[in-house]
Amino acid sequence: MIEARGVGHAYGDRTVLRDLDVTLTEQRIGVVGANGSGKSTFARMVNGLVLPTRGRVSVDGLDTRSQGRDVRRRVGFCFTDPDAQIVMPTVAEDVAFGLRRRGLSKAEAKARVTDALAAYGLADHADHPAHLLSGGQKQLLALTSVLVTEPALLVMDEPTTLLDLRNARMVSGVVAALPQQVVLVTHHLDLLDGFDRVLVFDEGRVVCDDAPGIAVAHYRSLMGATS
Amino acid sequence: MTTIGLYLPGSSPLHRARAGHKLLVLVVAGAASVFLDEVWQVAVALGIVLVGYGIAGIPLRTALAQLRPLVWVAGFAALFHVVMNGWERAVVVLGVIAVLVLLAALVTLTTRTTDLVDALVVACRPLRRFGVDPERVGLMLALGVRCVPVVVGLAEEVRDAQRARGLGASPRAFVVPLIVRSLRHADALGEALVARGVED
Repeated sequence: MIEARGVGHAYGDRTVLRDLDVTLTEQRIGVVGANGSGKSTFARMVNGLVLPTRGRVSVDGLDTRSQGRDVRRRVGFCFTDPDAQIVMPTVAEDVAFGLRRRGLSKAEAKARVTDALAAYGLADHADHPAHLLSGGQKQLLALTSVLVTEPALLVMDEPTTLLDLRNARMVSGVVAALPQQVVLVTHHLDLLDGFDRVLVFDEGRVVCDDAPGIAVAHYRSLMGATS
Repeated sequence: MTTIGLYLPGSSPLHRARAGHKLLVLVVAGAASVFLDEVWQVAVALGIVLVGYGIAGIPLRTALAQLRPLVWVAGFAALFHVVMNGWERAVVVLGVIAVLVLLAALVTLTTRTTDLVDALVVACRPLRRFGVDPERVGLMLALGVRCVPVVVGLAEEVRDAQRARGLGASPRAFVVPLIVRSLRHADALGEALVARGVED
């Protein structure tokens, strides 16, 4: 469960979020909004990457400010550009990276890496250099490296923006099958079909908070009206 | 393209040797290389390294590819030494460089980065009392290896963007955006490291 209470955020004197009060308990939560509407900042607040300048954010009762470390253990985060997220030179090593310092034995860690690679279709690429993967495979690797740590909640910031339709569908297919609570920030509106709840951000505020059909329609009319 | 020095899976004795031992050999060879003075000595050293490639089962083409980035530097060095010190000296100097680069590449080609990192972390442990965090040194090595192909990729993007706008081969129009992109990549990478719990 994610709770934001009286949250506002400003970079210097540029306010990017204001008056945010939400409680997110649903399994599948979509976040849409124009570029610069504050949705990425909100996503980063859920795992404490960004601390709000006003108010507080908590995950399962853990405050992102005072218990950031515990929050980050519960919350996996997937970025837009997988290249920035892949830390190790080869596929299996990158997946194993998230398990360092988790107190697992080498054999345990290796087994979990092997299982994770198999689960997300990367088993044949285990020893491949990460930079030779396709864009879709890179995003899948980034996602696998996050999921191997078994987060209770997954936040994804436009994970399909750099991908073609086929790869976007593949990634969203993987996400759909996850048991975790997922917060998905996206511009691919059709990925939100079947979601439980969608928030629409505009100029730092949540302007619509509803079922996907209604929220997406609101977002479309918002974008149509301003262009 | 850049397959330089990246781990090639295998099961040869060199692949199975401990990363720490391989690094130690590399350090010793580097220090000893200053004693190589004659052409025949360099030839022997080169022979030994190539036998190593044979044992590891790495094709000669891959071995030669390790030397390709050296072409420019080596070309200038060769010219300098031929003019100043004669061709024999030039052969020795270039030979030593080639031997060391090939040996270093042989280590990285037969060792997973993780194992190199672990060996380095162990080697740095005594430095802890001077305030060095061994894990951090290891992470730096891993990121260094990972960043080579990433920055090459960024450079290709910048060059394409330059061509698309018809900007020819202006060095400034290449270097400035490359630095800007690299810094932005570094920012994003930092954020990703925090998200993956490195700072915790």
